[in-house]
Amino acid sequence: MIIGDDDQVLVQGITGKQGTFWSERMIEYGTRIRAGVNPKKAGIIHCGVPVYASATDATDAAPIDATVLFIPPLGVKAAVLDAINAGIGKIVCLTEHVPVQDVMYFLAAANEANCQVIGPNTAGLVTPGKNFVGFMPAFNERVFRPGTVGVISRSGSLGTLICLKVVETGLGISAFIGIGGDPIIGTTMRDALEMLDQDPGTQAIVIVGEIGGSMEEEAATYAHQVTKPIVSFIAGAASPPGKRMGHAGAIVMGTRGSYASKRTALEAAGAEVLDTPGNIGQAVKDKLGE
Amino acid sequence: MLFEEYVAKPLLAGAGISVPTSRSVRTADEAADAARDIGPCMIKAQVPTGKRGKAGGIRAVEDSDSARVAAADILGMKIGGHCVETLLVEAQVPIAHELYAAIVNDQKTQGPLLLFSQHGGMDIEDVALAHPNDLLQLPIDIRNGIDRNALELLITPAVPADAVDLLCTTLLNLYEVYTDNDAELVEINPLAITRDSNVVALDCKFTLDDSGIKRQRELSAKGTPEKLTELETQGEALGLRFIEFSGNVGVLANGAGLTMTTMDAIRHYGGEPANFLEIGGEAYTLGQAALELVLSHPNIKALLVNFCGAFARTDVMTEGIIEAWQTLKPKVPVFFTIHGTGETEAIAMVRERLQLEPYDLMDDAVKAAVEAAQ
Repeated sequence: MIIGDDDQVLVQGITGKQGTFWSERMIEYGTRIRAGVNPKKAGIIHCGVPVYASATDATDAAPIDATVLFIPPLGVKAAVLDAINAGIGKIVCLTEHVPVQDVMYFLAAANEANCQVIGPNTAGLVTPGKNFVGFMPAFNERVFRPGTVGVISRSGSLGTLICLKVVETGLGISAFIGIGGDPIIGTTMRDALEMLDQDPGTQAIVIVGEIGGSMEEEAATYAHQVTKPIVSFIAGAASPPGKRMGHAGAIVMGTRGSYASKRTALEAAGAEVLDTPGNIGQAVKDKLGE
Repeated sequence: MLFEEYVAKPLLAGAGISVPTSRSVRTADEAADAARDIGPCMIKAQVPTGKRGKAGGIRAVEDSDSARVAAADILGMKIGGHCVETLLVEAQVPIAHELYAAIVNDQKTQGPLLLFSQHGGMDIEDVALAHPNDLLQLPIDIRNGIDRNALELLITPAVPADAVDLLCTTLLNLYEVYTDNDAELVEINPLAITRDSNVVALDCKFTLDDSGIKRQRELSAKGTPEKLTELETQGEALGLRFIEFSGNVGVLANGAGLTMTTMDAIRHYGGEPANFLEIGGEAYTLGQAALELVLSHPNIKALLVNFCGAFARTDVMTEGIIEAWQTLKPKVPVFFTIHGTGETEAIAMVRERLQLEPYDLMDDAVKAAVEAAQ
């Protein structure tokens, strides 16, 4: 999902510690990593692929469909704009704590260029058995096994637990879409829901939300028309208002962003919302009638 | 990060927006001195919260003696949980109209949004309820800034004709304050049109985007630090997000989503969480410091360690915990549940070095911890 079987992938920031570790994992898993970027190390081979000074140099050398960024917060804006200018159509932005005005800037540029941004502050995307981009444990077969359940999550760690719960019941995952924990992100929960709704390989959808913002409520306006079963867990029922709960987006202001508002909206759209993630796999299984 | 009015207003003035003459003071005598220099003035409590007027934290005074009395009354007052320690003594302004103006980060349009209303002086939530059609909105492409013509068209029907030009300039200046300072929100309420047709900012609310702090060092030093407990301050110094609650089940997890979920599950099974503490992201190597922090919480009767590795490796986090364990020797029962990246090594470590059996199901670990805490 999003990253296709034949997509050629670039890694911006490939030579850093995390860039190296996760590029190796992605390559082992089957993601077609074709090149990397580091302005200071152009010309070397790293993780078995050529390193270029910019995304534009990389696309001049060979076609690239998607890029994933292992870039520190204040470098993200320039790196994303570089990728957009290089004509890359899909950009996965993992970095947390990118200044929001930088995010708004590159999202405006991406929209104009018809380029899809996932994140920032996402753990990435997994298509089990095929490829992954980001830092998800795709290679852990207890967590990710190919199947028919699509999972959308604002959180990497919780998304991982949810996938494990689904796989535990004997089901598998068609796609994991980490949308990111920031207040302003490129691919929203509603966008991801629409993609999974239209994906022929997905038969049921799990929405992993959390308090803060109105992403779940907006997804719920689309969920009304989805005929595939939707099961959801929303984190933060026990979190007090006015406190930022780790994620920049996870804060309740007044009633806006509250657990109750999200739960009500999703339930009204026909989704089943669970109190704890423990039984989420079983709930999906029951809905699928397996 | 929030900024109090007396720190936020100089940002407006710096961008060319008129603000009344003012002085910030910390004693009643200083307030009296300031009023002697300024003349008829407002005495305004400086606290990082709204509704100061309703709480009695803003008073108009005509001379130095009444300024002293008002200041003595307001200093030490509690407003929204904050004790008033600073006052702003500000010249009174002859108001003809009170307007509202703000620029905020907008989730829906994924860009800055200018908000403007001809009904100022009340909370924007109340404006939105009472006069929804008068709350004007202008989405902005941050790459280009505000288009002056669009702005003029937007506000012209709402304000006196002779004020349009000066208001447009003020709003463009406000946008400059927003972009120059990595604002999440900058609001002027009320924005006054004076009887002599000037446009003056009578208040200012400014919130700095926390992710912008690292490139706004000078500015962020002037912000109001979040009110933290002693343990929360220790956590912050270590780079850990730690929030203290009144419950007795300690929480140590990785990732914001999983940590919130752990708290939710504790409450679901009849317990109360003692804290929020996550060591996810770049902080995942801080297991040792994290354990020390959570064990220092005076209330905790049981500790739940819930790791689910994606980016964060559970073996690295668990190793940190075990190392800290040897020196801290926890007196409360500890319950582990570990999944994801590095789980095989992590679970083996807990078994061998702590002689504990991690729970395969998170719910079982939560139930056991809640029971042990009771």
